Amino acid sequence: MTTTHTPRPSTLLVPEARPAAEPAPASVPLARALGAGLRDAMAADPKVVLLGEDVGRLGGVFRVTDGLQEEFGEARVIDSPLSESGIVGAAIGLAMRGYRPVCEIQFDGFVYPAFDQIVTQLSRLHQRSAGHLRMAVTIRIPYGGGIHAVEHHSESPEAYFAHTPGLRLLTPSTSADAYLLLRQAIACDDPVIFFEPKRRYWERGPLTAPEDPPPPMERARVARPGTDVTLIAYGPTVRTCLDAASAAAADGRSVEVVDLRSLAPLDWPTLADSVRRTGRAVVVHEAVVTAGLGAEIAARLTEECFYHLEAPVGRVGGYHAPYPAARLEQEYLPDLDRVLDAVDRAFRY
Amino acid sequence: MSSGDSSDDYGVRLLNPDGSACEHVDFPALLGVEELKGCYGAMLRTRHLDEAATALQRQGELALWIPLRGQEAAQIGSVRAATPTDFIFPSYREHAVAWDRGLPAVEVMRLLRGITHGGWDPAAHNLANYALVLASQTLHAVGYALGLQLDARLDPRYDAQAGAPAGPEPAAVIAYLGDGAMSQGDANEAFVWAASFNAPVVFFCQNNQWAISTPAARQSRVPLAARAAGFGFPGVRVDGNDVVAVHSVTSSALARARAGEGPTLIEAYTYRMGPHTTSDDPTRYQPTGEVDHWRALDPIDRVERALAPVCDAAWFDGQRAEAAAAAARLRTATLALPDPAPDAFFDEVLVTETEEARAQRASFREYRESFQV
Repeated sequence: MTTTHTPRPSTLLVPEARPAAEPAPASVPLARALGAGLRDAMAADPKVVLLGEDVGRLGGVFRVTDGLQEEFGEARVIDSPLSESGIVGAAIGLAMRGYRPVCEIQFDGFVYPAFDQIVTQLSRLHQRSAGHLRMAVTIRIPYGGGIHAVEHHSESPEAYFAHTPGLRLLTPSTSADAYLLLRQAIACDDPVIFFEPKRRYWERGPLTAPEDPPPPMERARVARPGTDVTLIAYGPTVRTCLDAASAAAADGRSVEVVDLRSLAPLDWPTLADSVRRTGRAVVVHEAVVTAGLGAEIAARLTEECFYHLEAPVGRVGGYHAPYPAARLEQEYLPDLDRVLDAVDRAFRY
Repeated sequence: MSSGDSSDDYGVRLLNPDGSACEHVDFPALLGVEELKGCYGAMLRTRHLDEAATALQRQGELALWIPLRGQEAAQIGSVRAATPTDFIFPSYREHAVAWDRGLPAVEVMRLLRGITHGGWDPAAHNLANYALVLASQTLHAVGYALGLQLDARLDPRYDAQAGAPAGPEPAAVIAYLGDGAMSQGDANEAFVWAASFNAPVVFFCQNNQWAISTPAARQSRVPLAARAAGFGFPGVRVDGNDVVAVHSVTSSALARARAGEGPTLIEAYTYRMGPHTTSDDPTRYQPTGEVDHWRALDPIDRVERALAPVCDAAWFDGQRAEAAAAAARLRTATLALPDPAPDAFFDEVLVTETEEARAQRASFREYRESFQV
C-alpha cells in the first residue's frame, strides 16, 4: 500500500459566501462583520459549531459571538471550560465526527496551552491518516496590541504557526474581509488559524467585498495602488500603512499597500508583481521582527525580484523584547512615523 | 470493592492467577467458554505477532517496535467489550486493540517500518490513528463523544425530556492512555470536559507500572483510578491481567456511557513485561525479581489454566499453530512492504495542495532527477 497524491477540487472559493440578503447597514464594525460571518455560516450548515470561553451567554469578551447562543442553542454554541488545549483537542474530535468547529481563543497570549494540540495534532492529522481525516477546524484568535491591555493580551504569535506545515493562516483588515475570509475559513477542509486584529474591531467598513465573485482566501489584495515603494502589511498594520501612504503622497511619493490577507500560504505572485513594479518593499507587522514573517518575505522577494530591487527589503515591527506594558506600547508598535522612516531609508540606496 | 479471592491491590478480579473463577458483587463475568476461547486465541496471536515484530526490529526490518507483552488481557478484554459502532482512540501500544478491531497486522508495521506516521482510515474500523504525544488523544476522544451527543441533540427525533433520540443505538468512545499520560495536562483537561458535558467516553488507563524508567509511584500518590472521584465520575481499578474482569468492567462502563450516565475511568493494573520500546533497556531500572513476580501473573497462562479443564491438548496445539502461522504471514507481509515514493512527504499536507507546495515538490523532483544520468 502506498499513498498517492490525488488532486481534489478546491474548497477555497465559497461563491455563496455573501452576507444574507437582509438590508445591511452601509458600514459595520469589523467585529460585527465577524459575528455576521459566524451567524451565516451556522445558518447555512448545521455542522458548524462554536466553542470557546465565554462565547455563549456572554457573547464573547469582545461580543463577536453576541446573540449566537440565543439563536442556535447551547448545543451549537458551547461555553467551554477554561481549557485551551481542551478547546482545540475537542474540536479535533468533533471534526473527526463530521462537524466544522470554530474555536475562539480568548486572547493571543492564551493560545500557548493549545499550541501542542495545534502543532502536533491538528496540523498533521490529515497526513497522518493518509488523507482520510479532514480537519475542518477554524481557530479564531484576537491578536495584536494597542488596546492598553495587561500582559498576554497584545501579542502577535502568527510566526509560530506560519512555520508549521499543515495550517492555513488568515487575517482580515477590513469588515468585508472579516466576513468573507471567515466564511471561507469555515468552509475550508483544512485547519485555519484566523487572526483577528482586535484593535480594529470597532473600525467600520462595508460588509460586502467589491469583487464579484469574491477573491479566493489565498490571494493578497492591493489595498492602495502606487508606483514607488510597496508596503506589505496585514491585519492591524494595513490601516497604519494606508495612513502612511496618504502622508507620503503629500511628499510626492506614490506608495502601494498590499494587504496579505493570507499569511499561510503567502501570495508570492501578487507580492512579486508589486515589487517588480515599484522596486522597493517594506514589510510592516506588529510581531517581533526577529525570525518573523517579514524575514521570510524579505528573503523570498530578494530571491524572486533581485534584479528589480533598488534597495534591500525593509522590515518594521516589534522589537526583540516582550510586548511592553500599556504605557510603553505606543513606543513599541509600528506607527505611521516608523513606517515613513523605513520608506525614507528605502530611497537612500 | 472485591470479594472472594480478589485482591484489592490488583483491583476487580474474576479469574484468579491459577485459573479458578471468583466473583465480584458489582461486576459479573460476561464471557462464556466459547468467548473465553476466542479471547485466548486473540491474546496468543498477539503474543506471537509481538515476538515476530521484535525479531523484525532486531534484524533491521523495523525502525522500532513497541512491545505489549503482558498487556494482552487488558487490551483484548477491553476492546471486546466495545461494539463496532463505538469509536476507539488508541495511544501507541494498543496493537492488540487495533488488530482485534480488524486492522490488518501489517498496517501497524507500516508505521514502525518508517513508511507512514499513521496511514489507516479511522472510519474503516472506528479506530483512530496512533497518538504518540501522550494524552493528546484523550481530548480527541472527548470531542468525538461530544459529537455523538450533538448527533443526538440535532436529530429531529431528539426528545429533550428523555435527553435521547428515538434513533439508532447510541455509541460510546474508548480512549486508551497509560500511567505516564495520567500526568499530562491534556488527560486532566479531558477529564474536566468529559465530566462537564457528561460525555459518553471511557478512559481506559493501562497502568503497566513503568513510563520508560519512571515508576507509577512518581506519577501518583493515590491509585490512578481514585483520581476520577475528584473529577466527579467513577473510577475502577481492574486486574489488567484478567481478561474476564477487564471485559466485565469495560462493558459496564460502556453501558453507562451509552445510557447517558457519563464517563468512567478504568485503571487496568498490569505490567509491561518487555522494554518500553526496542530502544529501551529495562534492566537499568527495574528491580530484580519484579518481572518474575509478574510472569507468574501472565494473562495468557491464566486463561490457559482456566480453559484446561474444557479444552484438550489438540485444541491448544491448534491455537499455537494458528498464532505461529499469523506471525509468519506478518513477517512475509512486512518484508514485502514497498518503500514510499521519494516525494510522499508532500502528500496530504493540506486537502488542497498550495501553489508553493506544488512548486517545492517539482523542485525536489528536479533536484533528484539531476543525479540520474
